[in-house]
Amino acid sequence: MRDLTNDILELVRRTSTDLPPDIEQALDQARDREAPGSAARGALDTILENVTMARRDSYPICQDTGTPIFIVRHPAGWSTRALRGQIREAIAQATKKAYLRPNAVHSLTGKNSGNNLGDDAFPMIHFEEVEGETLTIDLLLKGGGSENVCTQYSLPHTGLGADRDLEGVRRVVLDAVHQAQGQGCAPGVLGIAIGGDRGSAYMASKEALLRPLDDVNPDPALAELEVRLLREANELGIGPMGFGGRTTVFGVKACTLHRLPASFFVTIAYMCWACRRRRMIVEGETVRYSDRSEP
Amino acid sequence: MIELTFPLSDAAVRELKVGDPVALHGMMVTGRDAAHKWLIDTFVRKTRPPQGDDALAIEALKPILAGGAIYHCGPVVAGLDTKQYRFVAAGPTTSIREEPYQGDVMQHFGIRAVIGKGGMADRTLAACQSIPAVYLHAIGGAATLIAQTVTRVAAVYKLEFGVPEALWVIEVKAFPAVVTMDSHGHSLHAEVEAQSRAALDRLLKA
Repeated sequence: MRDLTNDILELVRRTSTDLPPDIEQALDQARDREAPGSAARGALDTILENVTMARRDSYPICQDTGTPIFIVRHPAGWSTRALRGQIREAIAQATKKAYLRPNAVHSLTGKNSGNNLGDDAFPMIHFEEVEGETLTIDLLLKGGGSENVCTQYSLPHTGLGADRDLEGVRRVVLDAVHQAQGQGCAPGVLGIAIGGDRGSAYMASKEALLRPLDDVNPDPALAELEVRLLREANELGIGPMGFGGRTTVFGVKACTLHRLPASFFVTIAYMCWACRRRRMIVEGETVRYSDRSEP
Repeated sequence: MIELTFPLSDAAVRELKVGDPVALHGMMVTGRDAAHKWLIDTFVRKTRPPQGDDALAIEALKPILAGGAIYHCGPVVAGLDTKQYRFVAAGPTTSIREEPYQGDVMQHFGIRAVIGKGGMADRTLAACQSIPAVYLHAIGGAATLIAQTVTRVAAVYKLEFGVPEALWVIEVKAFPAVVTMDSHGHSLHAEVEAQSRAALDRLLKA
């Protein structure tokens, strides 16, 4: 089994410093929709300039380099223990090179570990064995400002008139976007998980954020929901940074999970405009990186 | 674009209105969750006696805070090994977490500008009116761009809080921000909240 530490370090560098093209294009289009001279347009101008500078200089796009979330899909025969060690070593090296901010804080002592290594959940690593010969590693850097506005509703929700159906989902998602205002660094992307238990749903809502902006949900009902929520979230007028404006959200990605008869959770992962995601693909001796996290 | 150099005079603060774009110059101090807790407990409410280098640190910080700015920011800093510090990424963090403390900290140290993102609430707005002071919204996530306006890292205090939580004394040149809470009781955040609430009510009526 080969050592992927350096390749994973490069995955971290790319993810932290180079925004995926679909996200950058969406921000560019959002800028053009805002009125010239408005605070919203100014914010997007600054954001786009920042993206260009970060890429040029290999500096973090945002200083909050977030919780690193790795999803590793490996063929049979790979040691997940060895891969975990390589990922952790790459994270420590990336922190030393200032691609990442030291972000792992002990919850009782308040001590920052200084190298982004905490307990087994920091960085977060998920392993799954898959068929075939290709190993893929997806990385999402999920910042704290947007993490703090992620939320979960248990339906029915009387106050919002939300029943256990798609209309109920729509109502709570719009409420979540309103609650978030600009705090999650709008404009953002929403990952929505319908169903599951509280834990599985949060993970699924984050995995939904890995989908490219231009893909279409294979489930027609979810595809319709995504389009409608994108339009209606923007009708709230919260705008970039919460300054007021036309773009509050530039992507909505929904999925379903089987649930217990007793439970109906709607879980919303809010991702800031700096939607930092990348995929690394290992096939035989070659390693490549992709802006798109598709099968 | 309005050019502001710290420390700010009362008159300069009073002239600022919600929506004004500003470019900031001069010295400021970063401070977020741990810093506000430390300032409040040790020097404002005095529920915790000063320890270690606390007294030394606060004496050095006071003149910069008076009429100056506190920046809600946990930077990425290079040169930690050599102490030749350089800001690499330094965008704002969410300000609302400091709402319980901010007004008191501003009053105590005479701070005239709070820089962050997401805005703050009634207590801070009241402090902005009485001091007078302003809340300046930096662009969340614009970390590389803002770091390049930091021309010098002058000092760091309470580094034991960790790099993001330490109080970094920095000099900036043309740091971009927008006034979103002014000293006249206006808040862009309250306005947008109310407008989006009305829009939400319309969308949920159907």
